[in-house]
Amino acid sequence: MTSKTKGKFWDHGRLERNVSLLGIASLIVVAIGGIVEIAPLFWIDNTIEKVDGMRPYTPLELAGRNIYIREGCYNCHSQMIRPFRDETERYGHYSLAAESMYDHPFQWGSKRTGPDLARVGGKYSDEWHVQHLKDPRAVVPESIMPGYAFLAERELKPGDMSRDLTALSNVGVPYSKDDIASANDDLKAQADPDADAKDLIKRYPKAQARDFDGDPGKLTEMDALVAYLQMLGTLVDVESARPQEVDR
Amino acid sequence: MDRLLLKSGGWFALALLALLAALMAADSGFAVHMGIACAAALLMAVVTVRGADYAGIARGLLKMPVDQGKYDDDPIRWGVIATVFWGLAGFLAGLFIALQLAFPALNLGIEYTSFGRLRPLHTSAVIFAFGGNALIATSFYVVQRTCRARLAFPTLARFVFWGYQLFIVLAATGYLMGITEGREYAEPEWYVDLWLTIVWVAYLVVFGGTILKRSEPHIYVANWFYLSFILTIAMLHIVNNLSMPVSLLGSKSYSAFAGVQDALTQWWYGHNAVGFFLTAGFLAMMYYFVPKQAERPIYSYRLSIIHFWSLIFLYIWAGPHHLHYTALPDWAQTLGMVFSVMLWMPSWGGMINGLMTLNGAWDRIRTDPIIRMMVMALAFYGMSTFEGPMMSVKAVNSLSHYTEWTIGHVHSGALGWNGLITFASLYYLAPRLWKRERLYSLRLVNWHFWLATVGIVLYAASMWVAGIMQGLMWREYGSDGYLVYAFSEVVSAMFPMYVIRAAGGLMYLAGAIIMAWNIGKTIAGSPLREEKPMSDAAYDPAADRPLVTQPA
Repeated sequence: MTSKTKGKFWDHGRLERNVSLLGIASLIVVAIGGIVEIAPLFWIDNTIEKVDGMRPYTPLELAGRNIYIREGCYNCHSQMIRPFRDETERYGHYSLAAESMYDHPFQWGSKRTGPDLARVGGKYSDEWHVQHLKDPRAVVPESIMPGYAFLAERELKPGDMSRDLTALSNVGVPYSKDDIASANDDLKAQADPDADAKDLIKRYPKAQARDFDGDPGKLTEMDALVAYLQMLGTLVDVESARPQEVDR
Repeated sequence: MDRLLLKSGGWFALALLALLAALMAADSGFAVHMGIACAAALLMAVVTVRGADYAGIARGLLKMPVDQGKYDDDPIRWGVIATVFWGLAGFLAGLFIALQLAFPALNLGIEYTSFGRLRPLHTSAVIFAFGGNALIATSFYVVQRTCRARLAFPTLARFVFWGYQLFIVLAATGYLMGITEGREYAEPEWYVDLWLTIVWVAYLVVFGGTILKRSEPHIYVANWFYLSFILTIAMLHIVNNLSMPVSLLGSKSYSAFAGVQDALTQWWYGHNAVGFFLTAGFLAMMYYFVPKQAERPIYSYRLSIIHFWSLIFLYIWAGPHHLHYTALPDWAQTLGMVFSVMLWMPSWGGMINGLMTLNGAWDRIRTDPIIRMMVMALAFYGMSTFEGPMMSVKAVNSLSHYTEWTIGHVHSGALGWNGLITFASLYYLAPRLWKRERLYSLRLVNWHFWLATVGIVLYAASMWVAGIMQGLMWREYGSDGYLVYAFSEVVSAMFPMYVIRAAGGLMYLAGAIIMAWNIGKTIAGSPLREEKPMSDAAYDPAADRPLVTQPA
């Protein structure tokens, strides 16, 4: 360095000769963007507008959701309807932030090799879902989805679901002590047509309790996945969120 | 002797611990993974006890020269081989899942071979296994040469290499068994993430330590990029993978964040996996190997300073462009878009600096297939870093998001930029690391170049058509005011494009196989392939004179 630049405060040569300084400087520079963009999402209240009807997943839905994640469904299906005319006509009301507030992790997806699933719940019958999952091309000839026939044969063994609920409540999902204590019973009750599901539905409003896979004798992974698919987008009455939209 | 006992005993204890964890595991996937960890630790224990010079044996088998030189090159030689191997594996997986989209029967109805499980296998194999090994190997090579210092902590450097391979094996087997956190490019579960964190810190220590003991006063530009890549990936990896395990003896965990916050954290991570893993790190490779191969100094030192700081500052902000028109607040989307558009400039700063380095050596494009590959890599870098900002504009994104266009964009960057610059660097490294006169064959490099280039063009072009067609069909309204196409009709319209894409992928894979052959022959020390020289315009002294107009 020439003597002219040596005394300057801003001298890039100093960074080039000191690896700690270079490392710290670049770490500061790369940290700024994330701090400005992400941190406010945790404390700005209107990031998630409150809506009625949101509740945590029932143990059976959660087990189904875990199968959805395990099989990598998110690689081809989004769960995020954008506010465009064609999307809302094709898939239903655009997705609200609150609708994924209990999703650890989120499953918005990035690709629609298959259609969006954010509001697929109730659009098709259980039988359709089971047939479609077993052999997609039997019901949609153009489909390129893999078949998941093995789900119908395999017994659902999610382990101790109360531990899953505990883990989720540790990261902020409002499961009650009752929910956690009866997690394993709830799991069975929701898919058992003979069981009394009143208590379950009281704690999880709008929960659908029935046999999902057409085989009432057995609790299978298919039961769980179909239970999850059938509840997607059914919790929030989106019409009640309407008044928050501003007319222009 | 005591040291040996301590070391082998330590490995043995670790193996026992892993075995215990495997026996008490809550799920079979975790048991398998702990079994793999146990086997790895046992192997280390045996290697330590036997005390045989396994590195020496391997050196003989792989014809590695004994390191007498200034530099510690063994881990780099391993890295070159690993890069070629994982590259082939990743491209093959990519070709297979591309074919699955065209011919769904290839899913075979088995859970282990379904698209949903193989797609993360493909992305992780190419990004983290192929790209990661290339980055680790080249960074160790470059940092030693530009600092004129031997690698700091040689044992730790070997741990980085083998630890990273263990991470790859755990991640890959996990995907096949359905062990995933369910967020793209951050799929490995909590315990694999912890392991990677340990390996990554070791990597930082080796890299930073080597810079600290340098004999050059200045830290060369390439090392700034490597350093910021290592530091930033550490930050992104740790924050994005914060999660709550269900059991310390099970594979399942739940992300610490939910919904909107989880989405933005994930794409802050996801976009900067591109920005720092696939851009900053690979720019570092460019900053060393392009000037070396061209035998020209880097075009502008000042430009490299400006574009380095602006690139690393701006990249971090670009994540929200993956979430346009979603439930993410508008202000964050707009911020992400603005910064993505600004990012165009520092990206092109890197491209210009690389291309202009060839000033005065442009004729080498004709004669040197490695230079040709580097130039094509920079050209693709320039194209995809123009396409990216364009796609991040909200109006464009409303059409392109969720479509194959995104896939095409990613691959023009990944195959064109990351792939080609890595191949060129491997071609540069192989003869030097194994002390050969030159590569086995330059003609084969040329074959690789053309197969790869035509393959990328087929891939990108078919995905542009597919993506734009898909986006337009989804939103098309008839005069009756109804949507024209059912979703399934759009799926079947993709078929020819999927086939063309797979053909492009096949060509790219074929090029890589030729490279493996070429580098293999170079390593084996085979006599140079008999072939015509690359330039067949022989020197003609009679023609070598200034053109002067003849008087009439």
